[in-house]
Amino acid sequence: MKFLQAYRMAIKAILANKGRSFLTMLGVIIGVASVIVAVAFAQGSTASVTSSLSSLGTNLINISITGRDSNRNVSYADLVKFQQENSSIIESVAPQAGSSGVVKSGNKSRTTSILGTTPEYADINSITVQSGRFLLQFDVDYNQRVAVVGTAVVNDIFNRANPIGKTIKIMGQQFKVVGVLTETANGQDSSNDDRILIPINVAAKLSKSAVIRNFSVKATSADTVNSAVDALNTFLTKIYSSSKAFRVTNMAQVLSTLNSITGVMTMVLAGIAAISLVVGGIGIMNIMLVSVTERTREIGIRKAIGAKKRNILVQFLIEALVVTGIGGIMGVLIGVGIIKFVLGGLKLVPVVYSVKWIILSFGISLATGVIFGIYPANKAANLNPIDALMYE
Amino acid sequence: MIDISNMYKIYKMGENEVTALNNINLHIGAHEFVSIVGPSGSGKSTLMNMLGCLDVPTSGTYILDGQEVSKLNDDMLAEIRNNKIGFIFQRFNLLQKLSALENVELPLIYQGVGSREARERAIESLEDLGLEDRMHHRPSELSGGQQQRVAIARALVTKPPVILADEPTGALDSKTGKEVMGILKNLHSKGNTIILITHDNSLAIQAKRMIRISDGQITEDKEVAK
Repeated sequence: MKFLQAYRMAIKAILANKGRSFLTMLGVIIGVASVIVAVAFAQGSTASVTSSLSSLGTNLINISITGRDSNRNVSYADLVKFQQENSSIIESVAPQAGSSGVVKSGNKSRTTSILGTTPEYADINSITVQSGRFLLQFDVDYNQRVAVVGTAVVNDIFNRANPIGKTIKIMGQQFKVVGVLTETANGQDSSNDDRILIPINVAAKLSKSAVIRNFSVKATSADTVNSAVDALNTFLTKIYSSSKAFRVTNMAQVLSTLNSITGVMTMVLAGIAAISLVVGGIGIMNIMLVSVTERTREIGIRKAIGAKKRNILVQFLIEALVVTGIGGIMGVLIGVGIIKFVLGGLKLVPVVYSVKWIILSFGISLATGVIFGIYPANKAANLNPIDALMYE
Repeated sequence: MIDISNMYKIYKMGENEVTALNNINLHIGAHEFVSIVGPSGSGKSTLMNMLGCLDVPTSGTYILDGQEVSKLNDDMLAEIRNNKIGFIFQRFNLLQKLSALENVELPLIYQGVGSREARERAIESLEDLGLEDRMHHRPSELSGGQQQRVAIARALVTKPPVILADEPTGALDSKTGKEVMGILKNLHSKGNTIILITHDNSLAIQAKRMIRISDGQITEDKEVAK
């Protein structure tokens, strides 16, 4: 018997029982669609987190001093010296002296984050100004009371007016606004738009603390990040004689950790969705077993007029494959539709189509058809023609 | 054509053994028209299953068309049924979801005949039985007599050496029954070998040779006097 004839035979049998065939497919349709949607959702969230992290720059290294040993310390000057000695791997260093404080303009006030740093900070963290200018080396060297403000601060205490040239009171001291940071988070509270950057020396005086606990470091390229991290670790371990007193972290590391976490999340979501595919497969097996019993007489007739075991097996397997194949295609279409119109419409995450997973889930649905079809098909193929012919 | 010697079929029913066929020896030549007659429980159906290669004997030999078939496996038996035997059943045994034409094509498809040739041969066979107007009807849209004629067309389409008819008129009224018997006689006159299995003496004597079976043994084997 030729494949095309067997295929036509299967289509006829499926069309003879349209309602039942559709109900059987439903399990596969839901299974495939939910795998595709779950994976798209997981990958969309991954993409949005990854893109916002990698916009920070993968050359970026953060140093944070956690030990509280007052006798040993690393100063900004020490790190600048270290940078100059290792300029082939480390491009620049910026201190970060952060604190939280009240800022005032006129009768308006706001609590925001105040960060003391140097001009290098802008380049290291890919920060730009949307108007005015960033901090200059001059501001640092001559203790200028100037501030670069985020849009959340501008919106709140300057009523969205252009603040450049105006004065602002930071923790009781008068500063002149020289620039506005480019908005990155829609001016939301507690975001990167909700902060004020001032020269490091001025910040040290303001907080009455000379100890700087955080530094941003930029490696010369993505390739030198790891050696820069190693060099910094060795350098700091010498100073603190313990690797527990500080932490050197790199965005690439954070990113790869995050990727492995979201990878697991994708697998878990897809796994849960795949369970519905298995349930769909069991549904197919169930219906096919009923169908074999119902069609016992048909099988007997086919065998009497010359069908071999293989013919019957192939007939039932092709039926299972056609049902799961059509179900799989419909599942893919519905899944893609949900991604496009529901996920796309809600705009929760970027729309990502994973061709790999679409093909994979379609393949799994076909495999489900074979795996769960083989037992009923085999049962049909092994029926005794005499018994089958007598069956009412 | 058919040579059966020392054939036994013994069924085990729990502790008991039931001898359905008890030392059957039978020779049927080519172009014969033989009826096998006996009451139910006589072993007639068992013999028909053996003759039709639907089952294998417990012991003994069965040579069909020059081939020993009593020791073949299921798939080889299926091939023999496909090529050498045309079945005509009491209840027609047509596939209800298929049209008359598709039913008649089926044995050819299992032979591996290509779609176009299978279709041509099935149409030819249906035309021989006067069913050219009914080819695309399903069995449920046909009368009993028409259904049996479709079944006969299906039995003949492979041009088998033996036609095995099991109570072919059992589900028909007497008029259509006569028509079907007429078709069988006509087939015989064209040179086909026909074995008719029945419990009805009046049908059995319409064959050329009558074999009576009772308690699994042949009790009578005679030419029918005309």
